[in-house]
Amino acid sequence: MERTAVRGRLSWLLADVVELIPETPRVKSIRLRVPGWTGHLPGQHVDLRLTAEDGYQAQRSYSIANPPEGENVTITVELVDNGEVSSYVHEELRVGDRIELRGPIGGYFVWEPARGGPLQLVGGGSGLVPLMAMARSLGGAAVPARMLVSARTQEDLIYRQELSRLPTEIPDLRVDYTLTRSQPDGWKGYARRVDRAMLGETTFDSGQNPQIFVCGPTGFVESVATILRELGHPPERIRTERFGPTGG
Amino acid sequence: MTFVSRGFKGRRQVEAAADRVPPGQYVTDDFPVLSAGPTPLILTENWRFTLITEANEELTWNWDEFQQLPHEQVTVDIHCVTKWSKLDTRWEGVSLDTLLAGVKTSARFALAYSHGGYTTNLPLADLTGGKAWVAFNYEGAPLRPEHGGPARLLVPHLYFWKSAKWVQGLRLMDQESPGFWESYGYHIYGDPWKEQRYAGD
Amino acid sequence: MIDDDRHLDGNAIGGLLQVLFGREMTHELGCCGNCGAVNPLGATVVYVDAPGSVIRCPACGSVLLVAVALPTGVRVSIESLRWIDLAEIGA
Repeated sequence: MERTAVRGRLSWLLADVVELIPETPRVKSIRLRVPGWTGHLPGQHVDLRLTAEDGYQAQRSYSIANPPEGENVTITVELVDNGEVSSYVHEELRVGDRIELRGPIGGYFVWEPARGGPLQLVGGGSGLVPLMAMARSLGGAAVPARMLVSARTQEDLIYRQELSRLPTEIPDLRVDYTLTRSQPDGWKGYARRVDRAMLGETTFDSGQNPQIFVCGPTGFVESVATILRELGHPPERIRTERFGPTGG
Repeated sequence: MTFVSRGFKGRRQVEAAADRVPPGQYVTDDFPVLSAGPTPLILTENWRFTLITEANEELTWNWDEFQQLPHEQVTVDIHCVTKWSKLDTRWEGVSLDTLLAGVKTSARFALAYSHGGYTTNLPLADLTGGKAWVAFNYEGAPLRPEHGGPARLLVPHLYFWKSAKWVQGLRLMDQESPGFWESYGYHIYGDPWKEQRYAGD
Repeated sequence: MIDDDRHLDGNAIGGLLQVLFGREMTHELGCCGNCGAVNPLGATVVYVDAPGSVIRCPACGSVLLVAVALPTGVRVSIESLRWIDLAEIGA
């Protein structure tokens, strides 16, 4: 098992921007190469720091989207209205630029195959990012895993093609979807906000004692975690990560 | 040498109206919500406002009594220590002059206290003379809970953390006693025009 | 139980805690000095959009920690933590 999670010193590193990948009209992934990166675990995040010429700084946290792969770190950034960091990343940042970050950060909202399963992931909007790092690390681990993905529209669904491909590559992974605002013709997934019936139908039941990771906007996480507790999952098996209403 | 992020300027804008915008501030059209704790939901039938003097005498208004007091409508600029300023905000409330009119006190300071435990300190002289209100309407509508409703303190000439949300009352004191943010290193007075953000500024 | 739309989890201040303690802290347990509830620091309730970060007990809402970015650096106030575990470390 990697011991990255308990390694101590945290210092600012300079990362090279290797690739910019549009995921949806409002979401971009940024592939970074980070010299000196010590490796990470799925679910961890980085702090990103921007510095203006006059010394003004802005700092935000972003979940890591890729499984451990050497010095490569991918983050996925949603454009926030008036968000000074996310708008810089979306409108200004180019391949070849360098950007300051520190990490990896976090040891609570993390999972790796060695921790076993079953693994239950529930993500809303860009809350999918750290869960995707977990799903991408499943590989041939033979851990039973399920993922419930909520987005407003099909266009807002990040990692769409990869998500539809993953269960064919990883037979132990099942992915269910709900689109809460509008659905394309012939849509076979759910078409409403995540509720008790949907969680009952798509997630492992409490008798299977899954490790549960819920990530999304605060209201989404609040309601999903409450229903999961009502469905009998012990609170300590439900780990949550809320995305802020402000910042960006 | 410090690293500089190519092309990063932040969202600060240089404003033409330098006489309207204190140094280091940028103008925003939003009304950002800043919270240090959960938003209390206070029903007006349970609402009270209390003045406690340095002699421990209490003067309390319930919502109906408070609404009987003369109202004032003011249009003011507000300045948050997190660097946003918002111009021409319209409020309706009761002047602190009205609330303090019948109070016998020689106190020089006040500590505003709120539902949820928040506090902030101010010189009493900054609450009188038409400079401060307990405001309950914002832009013609009841003040929303996330902005401090049913009623918040409004002291626009100081950084906005002094304008305590969900205000419950004022404790008048002979000695200045730092409030929540002041006790962690924010400026004891907080004049935006002197950029008094932190203790020592 | 705190129930509103404005807070994040302790994960959000993982970087600060790591700087403070020199190791990953979000998986470590902490005990609220007010109500005695024990939770991983990653499961605390965090308000980051205030002039500083305020970390509260998820059970009773008491302020556990406050961190303020001053021009000179970060000031951290430990308000109400009865204890924090540092697993695998000898006292």
